[in-house]
Amino acid sequence: MGWRVVVDMDLCESNAVCMAVLPEVFEVRDDDLLYVLDETPPDSMRAKAEEAVARCPKQAIAIVEA
Amino acid sequence: MLRRIAVVGASLAGWHAATTLRREGFDGELTVIGAEAEPPYDRPPLSKAFLATGDENKVALAGVADRESLGITWRLGRRATGLRLAERTVGLDDGSEVAFDGLVLAGGADVRTLPSLPVGDGVHALRTLADARALRADLDRRPGPVLVVGAGFIGAEVAATCREAGRDVVLVEAAAVPLERAVGAEIGAVCGALHRDHGVDLRLGTAVVGRDASGAVALGDGTTVDAAVVVVGVGVSPATGWLEGSGLTIDDGVVCDGTGLAAPGVVAAGDIARWPNALFFGDSMRVEHWDNAIDMGAFVARRLLAGDDWDPAEVFAPVPWFWSDQYDRKLQMAGRATGADQMQIAGGTLEERRFVALYGRAGRLVAAFGMNRPRHIVQSRGLIARSCPWDEARELAAAWT
Repeated sequence: MGWRVVVDMDLCESNAVCMAVLPEVFEVRDDDLLYVLDETPPDSMRAKAEEAVARCPKQAIAIVEA
Repeated sequence: MLRRIAVVGASLAGWHAATTLRREGFDGELTVIGAEAEPPYDRPPLSKAFLATGDENKVALAGVADRESLGITWRLGRRATGLRLAERTVGLDDGSEVAFDGLVLAGGADVRTLPSLPVGDGVHALRTLADARALRADLDRRPGPVLVVGAGFIGAEVAATCREAGRDVVLVEAAAVPLERAVGAEIGAVCGALHRDHGVDLRLGTAVVGRDASGAVALGDGTTVDAAVVVVGVGVSPATGWLEGSGLTIDDGVVCDGTGLAAPGVVAAGDIARWPNALFFGDSMRVEHWDNAIDMGAFVARRLLAGDDWDPAEVFAPVPWFWSDQYDRKLQMAGRATGADQMQIAGGTLEERRFVALYGRAGRLVAAFGMNRPRHIVQSRGLIARSCPWDEARELAAAWT
C-alpha cells in the first residue's frame, strides 16, 4: 500500500515544525514558504511523517493512503 | 503492572498522555478528568483565529472526534479537589472518588486576574473556550475601543486580533518593556513597537488603578480609558491548589524529577509540571507552551508505564518552542534566554521586523527568537539541541540573509 503526504497550503502558516521532524520531506525556504520535497516518501519515514502530522500547529498535514 | 490510570486534565497534555498510554498498549481502566465541560480542544486559536471568526472548527484537535473509541471514562466538567496519595484516590467536586495505581497530573494552569479589574460587565480574562465565546459575544455587542491589560503573548495576540478587526486598541503594560524576561529589553521593545506600527495605543510602565461605575478604567499615568471591552492578559498560575498537603512537592508547579516523575506512580506534564531540564544547565523549568504539552504528555505516559524499568538516563530534555501570530508577523522562539550573557541579531534587521535574535549563555547557544524567520528558528532549534558553541552558532548565522 502506498501513501502520500498532502499539505493544505491554505492552512499552512510555515511554522516549520514539520521540517524539524522530517527535513527529507518538508522544507521551509528563505521565502518562508513550505515545499514538500517528496510527496511519496519511503515507508521507513512513515513514523516521522505521522509525527509531523501530529505536531503541525495548524493541522495542515495529512497522510493519504494511495 | 498498572491496572487503573487516572489523568487529571483533559487539555493538550492530558489528551496526549491518554492517547499515548493506549498506543503503548495500556489496556486497563483509563479515566480522564477535565474541569471544563468541553472535550479536549486546541487553545492557541482562542486569541487568534477563533476570536477573529467565531468558527469553532478552528479549535478542533485531530483525533478527538473519535475519543469514544479509546475506551476512556471521561469525567468532564468535574474538578479534582483532593489527592490521597497513600490511598491512591483522587476526589472530585461531586463528592465521588477515582481510584488509581498510576496518575498523570496534567491539569494545566488557571488564568490570573487583577483585583482592580474584576471579571464581568465587559471585563474578560481569556484561557478557556468558554472565556473566548464570552469575549467574542461581548465584542460583537459592545462597539468601541478595546483595552488590553498586559502585553505578554496572549494580550499581544488579542490586541492584534482586535486591531485587525478595525477596533481602536489601548494596550497597557505595567513593565517598562514588554516580554523583557522572555526575550530581553532590546527585542521586547521591538515586540512593543510592532503594535505601535499597527496603530495600537501602547502604554508602557503603566498600571491599572481601577474602574469606575461608568466603566472607565483609570490608569497609573493619570489618564482614563473609556473602553467598551476590557481584556486582562496577565498570565496564568499552575492549577495546584487541590494538591496542597497531598505530600507532593509544590513550588510554582508540581515538582518532578528529570523524567517527569513527581512520586512513585505519579507523573506530571504540561503547564503544571516543573522539572530540571538537563539541556539547560539543569535549570528548573515550567513551560506553558503548546508543543511542550504534547511532548511532555507523551513522554510521561511512557515513563509511567515503564515504572522501575525506566532507564534513569533517559530524561526529558527538550528545546522549548512556541509561536505567536500578530498582524502579518510570526514570532517564534526556541530555547530559553534566561541567564543569557550574549545576544546577536542575524538574518535581517529589527527595523524590517524580520530577524533572528540569538542568545548565548556560558559559551553556548541557548535560545533564538525570530520574527518572520521560521526556517532559521528550526535550524536554531537543532543547534540548541546539540549545545552548539556560541561562536560556531554566530558564524553559521552570519550566512542567514
